[in-house]
Amino acid sequence: MADFNANIPEGELTVKWTKLRSSMPLVNPANKRSIEIVVVGSGLAGASAASTLAEMGYKVKVFCFQDSPRRAHSIAAQGGINAAKNYQNDGDSVYRLFYDTIKGGDYRAREANVHRLAEVSTSIIDQCVAQGVPLAREYGGLLDNRSFGGTQVQRTFYAAGQTGQQLLLGAYSALERQIGMGKVEMFTRHEMLEVVVIEGKARGIIARNLITGELERHFGHAVLLGTGGYGNVFYLSTNAMGSNVTAAWKAHKKGAFFGNPCFTQIHPTCIPVSGDHQSKLTLMSESLRNDGRIWVPKKKDDQRKASEIPEDERDYYLERRYPAFGNLVPRDVASRAAKERCDAGYGVGKSKLAVYLDFAANTERYGRIEATKHNIQNPDHATCMRLGREVVKEKYGNLFDMYAQITGEDPYELPMRIYPAVHYTMGGLWVDYNLMTTVPGLYALGEANFSDHGANRLGASALMQGLADGYFVIPYTIGAYLSKELATKPIPLDHPAFVEAEASVKSILDKFISIKGTKSVDFFHKKLGLIMWDKCGMARNAKGLTEAIAEIQQLRRDFWSDVRVPGTADEFNPELEKAGRVADFIELGELMCIDALNRNESCGGHFREEYQTEEGEALRDDENYAYVAAWEFKEGVKFELHKEELKFENIKIAQRSYK
Amino acid sequence: MSTGNMNLTLKVWRQKNNKAKGNLVDYKLSEISPDMSFLEMFDVLNEQLINKGDEPIVFDHDCREGICGACSMYINGRPHGPKEGITTCQLHMRSFKDGDTIVVEPWRAKAFPVIKDLTVDRTAFDRIIAAGGFISVNTGNAQDANALPIPKLQADAAFEAAACIGCGACVATCKNASAMLFTSAKISQLALLPQGQPERYRRAQSMVAQMDAEGFGNCTNTGACEAECPKGISLENIARMNRDFYAAKFVSEEEV
Repeated sequence: MADFNANIPEGELTVKWTKLRSSMPLVNPANKRSIEIVVVGSGLAGASAASTLAEMGYKVKVFCFQDSPRRAHSIAAQGGINAAKNYQNDGDSVYRLFYDTIKGGDYRAREANVHRLAEVSTSIIDQCVAQGVPLAREYGGLLDNRSFGGTQVQRTFYAAGQTGQQLLLGAYSALERQIGMGKVEMFTRHEMLEVVVIEGKARGIIARNLITGELERHFGHAVLLGTGGYGNVFYLSTNAMGSNVTAAWKAHKKGAFFGNPCFTQIHPTCIPVSGDHQSKLTLMSESLRNDGRIWVPKKKDDQRKASEIPEDERDYYLERRYPAFGNLVPRDVASRAAKERCDAGYGVGKSKLAVYLDFAANTERYGRIEATKHNIQNPDHATCMRLGREVVKEKYGNLFDMYAQITGEDPYELPMRIYPAVHYTMGGLWVDYNLMTTVPGLYALGEANFSDHGANRLGASALMQGLADGYFVIPYTIGAYLSKELATKPIPLDHPAFVEAEASVKSILDKFISIKGTKSVDFFHKKLGLIMWDKCGMARNAKGLTEAIAEIQQLRRDFWSDVRVPGTADEFNPELEKAGRVADFIELGELMCIDALNRNESCGGHFREEYQTEEGEALRDDENYAYVAAWEFKEGVKFELHKEELKFENIKIAQRSYK
Repeated sequence: MSTGNMNLTLKVWRQKNNKAKGNLVDYKLSEISPDMSFLEMFDVLNEQLINKGDEPIVFDHDCREGICGACSMYINGRPHGPKEGITTCQLHMRSFKDGDTIVVEPWRAKAFPVIKDLTVDRTAFDRIIAAGGFISVNTGNAQDANALPIPKLQADAAFEAAACIGCGACVATCKNASAMLFTSAKISQLALLPQGQPERYRRAQSMVAQMDAEGFGNCTNTGACEAECPKGISLENIARMNRDFYAAKFVSEEEV
């Protein structure tokens, strides 16, 4: 079995990271020049890691499947990025961010990792501002903050509803700077299809040039995967169409354990599905819950329009159930509450699978404040709404426009209809404290790893983690490994391991083309998505999961005998790319169900119907399940469970309460 | 639920590869729902082509919510189609009528060669950024973020310039295939911020030089780029870029 030790440094929680950083072995500048690092993925994690490592002097190669590194899916993050700056003087601190994140994750994350994340969070904001990232400011010229779910302080920095875009363009510009200086070699429209492992260590990758179809061999002293999450296993999600698990899955099949695969985040505020043609779902940022109130009619199956339902016939169910946090409860809690109302028959809209997100009350409140500023005495309702609309527009204009475009309805006039949708995956490649997987020399960063969010990620923490891993963690921790690799000369690309890896990739691609079946790749992907959503989605139970496993195994057989991939393998062929990704999703889907079935408790986004409190809240079993489930891939698509016990030495583990 | 009642004729540019000659091919589509996005309509068409044993149409797309900048279709003579302020992926079929004929072509520009069908090579944009579209600050060199107050109006103006998604609609619509709006948006974002001052003039010179080297045309102030930009990037940015570019000749002590 591979090395399976979390390598958490000794000592007090608050000094673990600083002590380790100061005692980490270093690589001297002259030696860095002869060390090559392969980075797969150019999102927040990949781009920030690649640029920083190149600045330090390493030779870096970066791969992305998009036509430009600027298009990685981090770009679509809307709401914000957390940092324990305490600029609002509301009692925030590194400890509080650490505590909120552990609690938000329902006590299924590693204390040491999360504390480190909270520690470096402040440096991220400094770095981004120095790069010229235009974060929102107040009239005094200082940075503005807003609230996000699962916290009672304002620690979220933002750039309108485009925070991910601005942060990614910051990291992208740092990356392009290194490319321009010749320190990073960039490979766009390239997809990694295999990790090359030599004598137990990751030594490079096989990548396919997506335009020519050529397979290429690339050596690296170390390989970093910043390849994002796997929400697209559900077919419909807020992920980009190209987001996939393939790089992580190839690594998994080469010996990297997969951590907590069943931990999926279902985001409560997305635009509901409108029909079978739907190809993806669009998120409405969590920041909207700052100013929007969520409600359904008190009467079952109410046919009236939202505007015709009087105030006392509305059920603001989050405020009712969770008075302390109200509309700002964490995502898993908000999603389940929406599902509960809709299942009980209180849903709205044509499909009845939606709830209202209503901005009227806050629009009026903002309008009243504006009226005061403009010296308008006793403004009437219409004036308040008009003035308030301007404020709302400045805060969320692009989101409101997006909503109007997709639904054909005006959210300034009518409340939004929203429903939960798959958004993020907390699970991912298992990594130790240094972000190394169980394959030495192979690292996973950002959403691709499992490490910091436990069973539920808090809003505005994904951007924080991606950039923390890339800018401030991996540049230090990778030195511990590379300092022992100074004697390793670049391995010739005709080494048998490279030849063999390339041949195995080629045989899979040829297989897809040769099946010549009757169904498109999307046909299988949609089928997989339905199984996953129905049986491994917002609520799961043993019976459904057992059925799902059998159904997915059958789907895998059908796929490999009946898929139709047009064209050839030596040309630009997006259907072939999709086939490879869906083949991996099918295997992953099975593992997710196995993991969900194994975890006989409810925690965070993993809600097993058999395990709930009388009030319908998630019921954890800390006695038996306070561990990370790390799965090892075995021949014939079998999986073996390893457990990493989670120790809580600084936080008292408790039933999570937002009441 | 999904099937609608729109019947459409599509004329789509098909081109096997960079070397091949392309042509417009007609496709008939029926039962299209007005709630579909334009790209979902293409998904339906591609599914039909695959089922018939034909090759599906290749087009760039990814986030499908108007932010990644990948999608790039020239629809009825306009980049991103008939509506303003949105990308192709945000265009919905309710913007068309039953019975319409829709012509779909790739971006056309010397600096954006066609790769296949509707997909073009936009890496020239990356090279313009690599030439100077950054602030040279290595990781770890930053001071506290609030140590440098920036007036809100200035920060907001920088943000507006930074909203560019690098889709290339400005180039596609310009009769000169000029990349001035794209280049000037990045130059403006950084020129408006105090952090961007040390490299301000050097940046303007290097990025403009790279833009010219890539084969983009010049600007003749028709304003088509601003009109078609899905993110509303303003022509003022071009004026700002030109100012910095010429000022560089006088104030910059270094030759770039």
